[in-house]
Amino acid sequence: MVMKKLAVWKFTSCDGCQLSLLDLEDELLEIDKNFVISYFLEASSRSPDPPFDISLVEGSITTEEAKRKIIEIRNHSSILITIGACATAGGIQALRNFASLQTAKERVYPQPELINVLPTSLPISQYVQVDYELQGCPINKQQLLSVLYSFLFGFRPSLNSGSVCMECKMRGTPCVMVSSKTLCLGPVTHAGCGAICPSFGRGCYGCYGPKETPNSPSLSRWAKEKLSIESTVLKQAFHTFNCIADGFKRFDEED
Amino acid sequence: MPEPMFLEKKKILQRQDFGKLIDALHQEGYTIIGPVLSETAISYGEIQSETDLPIGWTDIQEAGKYQLKRRPDEALFGYNVGFQSMKKYLFPPRQRLFTVDKKAGRLTFVEENPQIQKYAFLGVRSCDLHAALIQDKIFSEGSSRDKAYVRRREEAFVIVVQCGQSSSCCFCLSMGTGPKAEGGFDLALTECIDRQQHFFLIEIGSLRGEKLISSLPLKDVKEEDLLFAARVIDNAKAQMTKVMDTKGIKELFYSNWEHPRWDDVASRCIACSTCTLVCPTCFCWTIEDSISLTDQKAERWKRWDFCYSMEFSHLPSGSVRSSIKSRYRQWLSHKLASWIDQFGMSGCVGCGRCITWCPVGIDITEEVAALRVQSKEDVS
Repeated sequence: MVMKKLAVWKFTSCDGCQLSLLDLEDELLEIDKNFVISYFLEASSRSPDPPFDISLVEGSITTEEAKRKIIEIRNHSSILITIGACATAGGIQALRNFASLQTAKERVYPQPELINVLPTSLPISQYVQVDYELQGCPINKQQLLSVLYSFLFGFRPSLNSGSVCMECKMRGTPCVMVSSKTLCLGPVTHAGCGAICPSFGRGCYGCYGPKETPNSPSLSRWAKEKLSIESTVLKQAFHTFNCIADGFKRFDEED
Repeated sequence: MPEPMFLEKKKILQRQDFGKLIDALHQEGYTIIGPVLSETAISYGEIQSETDLPIGWTDIQEAGKYQLKRRPDEALFGYNVGFQSMKKYLFPPRQRLFTVDKKAGRLTFVEENPQIQKYAFLGVRSCDLHAALIQDKIFSEGSSRDKAYVRRREEAFVIVVQCGQSSSCCFCLSMGTGPKAEGGFDLALTECIDRQQHFFLIEIGSLRGEKLISSLPLKDVKEEDLLFAARVIDNAKAQMTKVMDTKGIKELFYSNWEHPRWDDVASRCIACSTCTLVCPTCFCWTIEDSISLTDQKAERWKRWDFCYSMEFSHLPSGSVRSSIKSRYRQWLSHKLASWIDQFGMSGCVGCGRCITWCPVGIDITEEVAALRVQSKEDVS
């Protein structure tokens, strides 16, 4: 089998998603037999050596320099896969998209005039064509492995596109919304984490972002009317790691 | 399958001897699956002893709401159906079909031959028994035959508990599936409890059922015991307020596929698939392949699938049912109408799980009623 040349890139993010590649401890040696890891700063100081068969991209675009760099990466990559909430949905740092950049800078930095960034944090797909998106904050490492293998062998990744409800029912967790009136974003959230929070009696935080065709207005309406959840609480629930993703942003106004 | 000659055989088991029934099942090598109390609901789990049962607990159910509540008595089976059913064990959410090994450049296919556990299902309600009979039809014949299902089902020892109450989401009377099971079980218990007495009327439904209880300290049935048990069932009937009018239901759906109600329900439905997941008759599955480079192995798995995902109807040109409206309509129309064409019976047993566990409280009986109130004929 021909080895695939892999590069791992980072933009505005915490590094957690790319580290999940290193967390694949049992499989690392096999990955190394099938992929040439050409560029991966978390693992090696080797300089990039384009072109690449597969680029894994973490992080959101928040600077002019990043805008130029992602176009360059795209030009040098046959396949571009974005990993994690920042790269697929702008990340938690996209909360600043809802406020004035100046206000945000002043609240965070002692010398805001030194911060040279774009007024928005946006996903990679806003700037270049993306071949596959892996959602989650952080991503599930087994899903990453499955996606890498799929591209290695040339078949479609078979990740379940269902909701977190599906994972709860398959593992036998009673619905926290129905049985304990706990606000849960599970019904509108993409599966992938294995429904960890509901299994501990907590509502889903929506780390994996919106599932396909999420009907957040309906969930919000029910939460307000039947579970007596206040609008501000609801807004905060949706305004986290995937705050500007379609289906999570402005859910209240759409109501 | 029901063996009518046993149906007239009835015995009485006193509450204090109930543990001996569990012992007898264990002695026969059964893994007992029955109601267990989790923190917020009554689920299905393994029963080691009678103390695992939700003694003294019941539940209150409404559309989108489930709440545990203490009972004033110490009934063992004084609750309504929870979100799980026998389906979880007979048709597991995921099962491996085969493994492919690569050794010295050769592929070896090894078909999965699972160790079939001998399950004894304790506390099966009439609606769930009817649901199993529906799944039997699907998995026992034709292209959807599932050998592992058939073996599990043949081994399964079924102990029904006749319902003595109904939740506000139950509507088995409308579907003709309860509340009393008339056959298809090995044993059926009716729990009779008041201030003076606590006993079970046992109906024997099979030879192995008869054999299993032969060692138990049983008493003969008296006329008053039968009257007590009949009152228990009558109570379940009297409490059942939810109704689904099934008259001409197939035609109702087939002539109303463009009814405005579908837009209305689509604005509420979140397409989370919960209704299909808790439904004891939903049987769709898909195939997933996984590969492991480490040990040069590939596996094929079968897992539950859901008609609420876009993937479910994905064809080369995209998803056939891209709107939530079309997916909800597909689920309900199949369940209540085209299922009749496909299998000669309704796909709904009136257990009410899809109503209780819908995170936004969509009630299928209300949806059907709405189709009737302003059906196409009436509008024009």
